[in-house]
Amino acid sequence: MSVTPDLVADPKRAVRAARWAEFKIFTRRFMRNPLGVVGLVIVVLLLFCAAFAPLLATHDPYLPSLTDRLAAPSATYWLGADELGRDIYSRILYGSQLTLLIVGLVIVTSAPIGLIIGAVSGTVGGWVDVIFMRITDVFLAIPKLLLALAFVAALGPGITNAALAITLTAWPPYARLARAEALIVRNSDYVNAVRLAGASEFRIIVFHVIPMCLSSVIVRMTFDMAGIILTAAGLGFIGLGAQPPLPEWGAMISTGRKFIFDQWWVATVPGIAIFTVSLGFNLLGDALRDLLDPHLRQRK
Amino acid sequence: MSAAPKPLRLFIDIGSWLITVAITLIGLAALTFFIGRVLPIDPVLSIVGEKATPEVYQKVYLELGLDKPLWAQFWDYLGKLLRGDFGTSFSTSRPVLTDLLNFFPATLELSTIGLIIGVVLGVPMGVASAYWHEKWPDHLLRVVGLVGYSVPVFWLGLVGLFVFYYLLGWVSGPGQLDVFFVGVVDRITGSILIDSAIAGEWEIFFNAISHMILPALLLGYYSLAYISRMTRSVMLDQLSREYVLTARLKGASEFRAVAGHALRNAAIPLVTVIALSYGGLLEGSVLIETIFSWPGIGNYIYSSLFAADMNAVLGGTLLVGMVFILLNMLSDVLYRALDPRSREFAK
Amino acid sequence: MSALVEIENLRVAFRNDDGGYNDAVRGVSLTLGREKLGIVGESGSGKSLTGRALLGVLPPYARISVDTMAFDGIDLKSASPKLRRSLRGGRMGMILQDPKFSLNPVMTVGKQIVEAIRIGDRRISGSDARKKALGILEAVHIREPERVFSLYPHELSGGMGQRVMIGMMVVREPDLLIADEPTSALDVTVRTQVLSILDELVTRRGMGLIFISHDLNLVSKFCDRVIVMYAGRIVESIEASRLSEATHPYTRGLLSCLPQIDGSLEPLPVLNRDASWAGAA
Repeated sequence: MSVTPDLVADPKRAVRAARWAEFKIFTRRFMRNPLGVVGLVIVVLLLFCAAFAPLLATHDPYLPSLTDRLAAPSATYWLGADELGRDIYSRILYGSQLTLLIVGLVIVTSAPIGLIIGAVSGTVGGWVDVIFMRITDVFLAIPKLLLALAFVAALGPGITNAALAITLTAWPPYARLARAEALIVRNSDYVNAVRLAGASEFRIIVFHVIPMCLSSVIVRMTFDMAGIILTAAGLGFIGLGAQPPLPEWGAMISTGRKFIFDQWWVATVPGIAIFTVSLGFNLLGDALRDLLDPHLRQRK
Repeated sequence: MSAAPKPLRLFIDIGSWLITVAITLIGLAALTFFIGRVLPIDPVLSIVGEKATPEVYQKVYLELGLDKPLWAQFWDYLGKLLRGDFGTSFSTSRPVLTDLLNFFPATLELSTIGLIIGVVLGVPMGVASAYWHEKWPDHLLRVVGLVGYSVPVFWLGLVGLFVFYYLLGWVSGPGQLDVFFVGVVDRITGSILIDSAIAGEWEIFFNAISHMILPALLLGYYSLAYISRMTRSVMLDQLSREYVLTARLKGASEFRAVAGHALRNAAIPLVTVIALSYGGLLEGSVLIETIFSWPGIGNYIYSSLFAADMNAVLGGTLLVGMVFILLNMLSDVLYRALDPRSREFAK
Repeated sequence: MSALVEIENLRVAFRNDDGGYNDAVRGVSLTLGREKLGIVGESGSGKSLTGRALLGVLPPYARISVDTMAFDGIDLKSASPKLRRSLRGGRMGMILQDPKFSLNPVMTVGKQIVEAIRIGDRRISGSDARKKALGILEAVHIREPERVFSLYPHELSGGMGQRVMIGMMVVREPDLLIADEPTSALDVTVRTQVLSILDELVTRRGMGLIFISHDLNLVSKFCDRVIVMYAGRIVESIEASRLSEATHPYTRGLLSCLPQIDGSLEPLPVLNRDASWAGAA
């Protein structure tokens, strides 16, 4: 790869060109992992369904049709109808919006909180580190589902409460991650150079420590999304998530449970949806981790 | 190495570790306290329910000490916990701890069997996956594990019941035993398998197995998915290390190099993985037990939730949390025992 | 007297990201008698891979091809994996660079040596094996062999660990020993000690030794013959005593980089690499 004179003269363009080349290499390597591609396709499909649910649905997800209660899958009801005669296919489509909402809420809150706590803890050290880490350990040692359960039980059911409850237990791994990275970075030579130049600890944390965590954070987030979906489904199954008539997949399984023996589709289909989406995120996370984790680089 | 004498360093080490455990336990109690006392708008109502009489309300109000400042309430709370007072369940009218201890063995039994399946199958799967990295056994086993990792276990239980109980009739349905067997065997350990074996009631024993097999296999699958995944990643790391090459250079067979050397090193982090998996099984019991009507803690918490019995819910959470912390402690101890490098203080 | 080792046209390649192959060793040929041969080269020259190919412990993703590869008359090229395994440890040994990594951290040092002994003799009793292990610890000049026997690798110093490694690999009295950078991880003061032990063992037992290193100076003093490798090829093969008469520009470049105590006080020359030294692809 020859370096053209104009790139040398313009460092910003050089950086952008280098980043683009890296991205192309990354994409090429990613494409060579078939399972990862499958995962990506599933995730994109989820986004697509959520975005275009009104266009893709065949029926109104909330409108009951008592004559068609528990109808079997057919040309009208592609995946059958539930106990109130609502089309399951359409409810699944709209449910994807709820799924995305919960996942989004949790990730958007837990990751930054965890990162900040961990980065500050690792960079500043001393008493702050000890206290933050003790708090993190406490949250890590506690059963996630049960804590979320108790939390929602106290506050009342609903999507935001469920998301909040899950966030409570989702942030510690990010804190651990950020802290580990901070410990490595804070005494490295380039950070010391920046310090000597007068940078504040805040600047160091934001512009140097946190960017170093990025690849681990992305991998972690992807895996977390799968876990969050399962936890949210569990909460929904117990009745603590989105409340009826909202088409939350976990809750759909719960209501379908009564009819499992004769109208199996009511409970089975939402589960397949949950499984597919969770699998998608896990596959994607696996592929990303194989690509981004330097320890695992192996030649074939 | 260090200046302080050996016994003193050992003492300090163990002491600081115990303090850490104590702090974690207090933290757990603080969380349940917060959820039970601070979060609800009216904590008394969440304990006694809407239909309680004014006298009951007053009684509980004073019991909780809600007139006192928060930190004093927490102090009382801790004291009660240490004495074993987890509050009273207003739906069963019994002390919560009594209820919990009643139901815990059934959950323990199921989770333990699930874990054994998970370890016995999961570890070899992970080892095979790592050894044949990127070849077809790896891909196959990874997919099997991935499915177990991605599927909502309670849903799988439901589908399993549908297929194997309703459609095929291979296993018994929900419940720990057939109805007419319940209560026949004396309760000694709380484990139905052990108790029925002791009593020599073999018909009940096999009936229990036919009820247990589906949920146990399910938990086993869930557990092996996680364990095989972690084993694979730990083994991949160990197999790339030089001491494995040294074993081969000595003329060791592949089996000896992998099982005798790599796996022995991998066992150290795997102990923590197994402890975590066990905790995960206990935690997941809430969902599984409702599907299979299993008389364990999970079911107890679930029904307490619907009866809005906060004391019971929080008590269950506390108990499982304590077991979690205990498992962590155990894995710490085992880690020290297995890894000679971590025993520096003992030198 | 047949040569101990005979290699002709060894090629080792690795697949790279684009699907093509990177040749790491390109047509190396050498013979070895019961002498000390040094292989010198920089990182990436392929010297370690040559040793590993001979012992059959290349990573599974490596591709190997060779015209002839024989050890003491045994054809290694067509040998079964089982045969090659039986040769390893018993007749061909290899010591690695850093005992911190090359010894199993959770087994005592004594047990690791006993394991080597046991692989060679399944029927040996526990106490005999232990005695033999203690004997080899003494042979590598470890004082208090009983105490060291029950130590773990992380409790040993670098020099001791390396001596344990040497002992472990020669305890079954192999005919060939390959030493892959055996002193590179050690302090300079410890190096001479380990080298003299190596010399003693090799000479006394009449073993063939292949000494792989990046240190030309060290190798020239220690070995009988020297082979210089660059980019997967052998560029020089010469007796150690006649090293100053080397002809290849790479070797001459390396030699002139070495500071001489009675040399000129001018700055040392920088090695100018010529693409032609890598030869045709």
